[in-house]
Amino acid sequence: VRFDIVKNRKWYFGFSILISLVGIAIMLIMGLNLGTDFEAGSRVQFTVGKEFDEDELAKQFEQGVPSVEVSSVQEIENHGAVVRIAKKITAEEENEILAYLNKTYENADPQISSIDPIVARELAEKAIWAILYASIGIILYMAVRFEYRFAISGVISVLQVVLVVVSIFALLRLEIDITFIAAVLTIVGYSIHDTIVIFDRIRENLKHYKVKTVSDLENLVNDSIWQTMARSINTVLTVVFSAGMLYLLGGDAIKHFSLALLIGLITGAYSSIFIASQLWVTWKSRELKKA
Amino acid sequence: MIKWSRFIGFLLIVVLFFALALPTYNGIWGGITLGLDLQGGFDVLYEVQKGTNGEEVTPEGVKATLEAIERRVDKAGISEPNIQKEGENRIRVQLAGVFDQEEAKRMLVKTAELRFLNPAGEPVAYGKDLKSNAKYVTDPNTGAPQVAVEFKDPDLFKDITTKYLGQPLAIELDGKIITAPTIQQVIHTGQAVINGQKDAKEATELANLLNAGALPYPLKEISSFRVSPSLGEEALTKTMYAGLVAFILIFAFMLIYYRLPGLIACIALVMYAYLLFAAVNFMGITLTLPGLAALVLGIGMAVDVNIIAAERMKDEFRAGKSTLSAVIMGQKRSMPTIIDANITSIIAGILMYWFGTGQIKSFAVAHIISVLATFITAVLISRLMLQLLVRSNLIKNPWWFGAPRKKGAAAK
Repeated sequence: VRFDIVKNRKWYFGFSILISLVGIAIMLIMGLNLGTDFEAGSRVQFTVGKEFDEDELAKQFEQGVPSVEVSSVQEIENHGAVVRIAKKITAEEENEILAYLNKTYENADPQISSIDPIVARELAEKAIWAILYASIGIILYMAVRFEYRFAISGVISVLQVVLVVVSIFALLRLEIDITFIAAVLTIVGYSIHDTIVIFDRIRENLKHYKVKTVSDLENLVNDSIWQTMARSINTVLTVVFSAGMLYLLGGDAIKHFSLALLIGLITGAYSSIFIASQLWVTWKSRELKKA
Repeated sequence: MIKWSRFIGFLLIVVLFFALALPTYNGIWGGITLGLDLQGGFDVLYEVQKGTNGEEVTPEGVKATLEAIERRVDKAGISEPNIQKEGENRIRVQLAGVFDQEEAKRMLVKTAELRFLNPAGEPVAYGKDLKSNAKYVTDPNTGAPQVAVEFKDPDLFKDITTKYLGQPLAIELDGKIITAPTIQQVIHTGQAVINGQKDAKEATELANLLNAGALPYPLKEISSFRVSPSLGEEALTKTMYAGLVAFILIFAFMLIYYRLPGLIACIALVMYAYLLFAAVNFMGITLTLPGLAALVLGIGMAVDVNIIAAERMKDEFRAGKSTLSAVIMGQKRSMPTIIDANITSIIAGILMYWFGTGQIKSFAVAHIISVLATFITAVLISRLMLQLLVRSNLIKNPWWFGAPRKKGAAAK
């Protein structure tokens, strides 16, 4: 199997723009389900152990621990529940909740986290800065090692991947917490990794091919993509083995993390071939036409 | 033609590695500090508030409070506590493992209680009677370390020293006696020195504890996170199990698809895992769930290095190269790609470490270590192993590389 990937690039761009618009719309309409890492208040997660009604559970919880006001209850995997309390609970209230849960449910395995508004904002800000600085670092390195067109095309395709992952999480109402940020960081790393392998081949082929026309350039990129295709697919396969096993067998604490990775790694492989390289061809051929 | 010395060299690397790894891996794994998300426990961030009479929080005050907390945690017998100052006036307490979480939390926020006890064990003075300016000094004559203290009311101290002259005056913080100096003379000024400390460090510690008792700063909990021990244990076993299954799948895939380079990649992967855990142990890094995930995912990156090289070798075979030159050229040509890809990963890791907090930092450290381990095992060692095997002339058939057995492949 081998087909001309570069020729159809307008379709991929169209597809990506469509997906991005849908993703942004989802995020604007549904909002992000921020975890306590980024939103002030308290979060109590425990195992109910059987089917339950969310509203009913909220009522019971407030009766069991009269001093707290429950703002939402969400059912999660394996008959687990996440109870949100908008006001940060005190240490005494935390102990009351613990006593109530252990009394009411068998193997409740409670997990409680609380955060003050100031600290929540600090954490969110730091996470965003960490991603931003990481991206800038990558752009600078690629601009030095390759050229700025590669760097910018690569980063645009990575941002698209991040957008897809975040909007799928918004759509599924999954929590955005600090582990999710760690997943996004891994995805950024991997996607750039994927893109660099292809760009590297393009750079190498540029030395051997005589590029005079736009179609020469398109051929070169097409060849480069196909030469690295086996590697692209096989590497994604091995990473999908890892992330997939973490998702299937890794337990609840790591489920969302691995899901984010799975979505991100597959999208990343797609976008390094169908977006990053194509952006570069489009950009480079403009310059070729001018010359 | 067959050079057995090269083959023996290859065997030696493998055998030596397993001879080193098999007896030690249990100890290495057991010695790794697990984060509280993997063994249960809690993580609380406190902000040191102004004193009860509106006293400003000073850096010394924060330090004194921190040491008082350490003291209390030690007393409760909780193993490996992690208590650190964060920013200017915050203290993070991380307690992992199995213990009475409720009691521990109650104990932490309790303000320090300092009492002076007479020989009968009755309190004669309290923390509030002491000025919070205790400090480490040296004896002007002997140079021995001492702690200078001062009472707010000289008369009270005069009464005490008069009444119990020649007897020990025990100083108790949160129910535990920290020192019991003997009163050697009646003191009128309220100023005294306590001697008998081993060194400057011990004297400074005592001074800090006295200050924490003299001016206790209340603590406000600003974030907290707690995991029940059984949940943490479940997360750990499941993640490890997932990692193992992923390992087996990758092994099978690499062996079937890439044959010899695949086998070498698998051996290198086992070395990678060992090296990683050894580094985590050696550097005293706390392994958290995101950290563990970074390591399991690092497997993918380590395999990728081998895949890139093996694909290049196939290219060289297709170009009609002999086995030896295909391997050498394949390895050489794949190098720039591997270096670029891994350097970008490291850059991302370093920046994450720099700007991230807590769990992101933990992830970043694991990520950086795993890229370095990849370099050592997947780049250096696996190349060496493959070259030794090929140079021994035992393996010539391109079939071993999953490459087509075509034109002139055996020709030299």
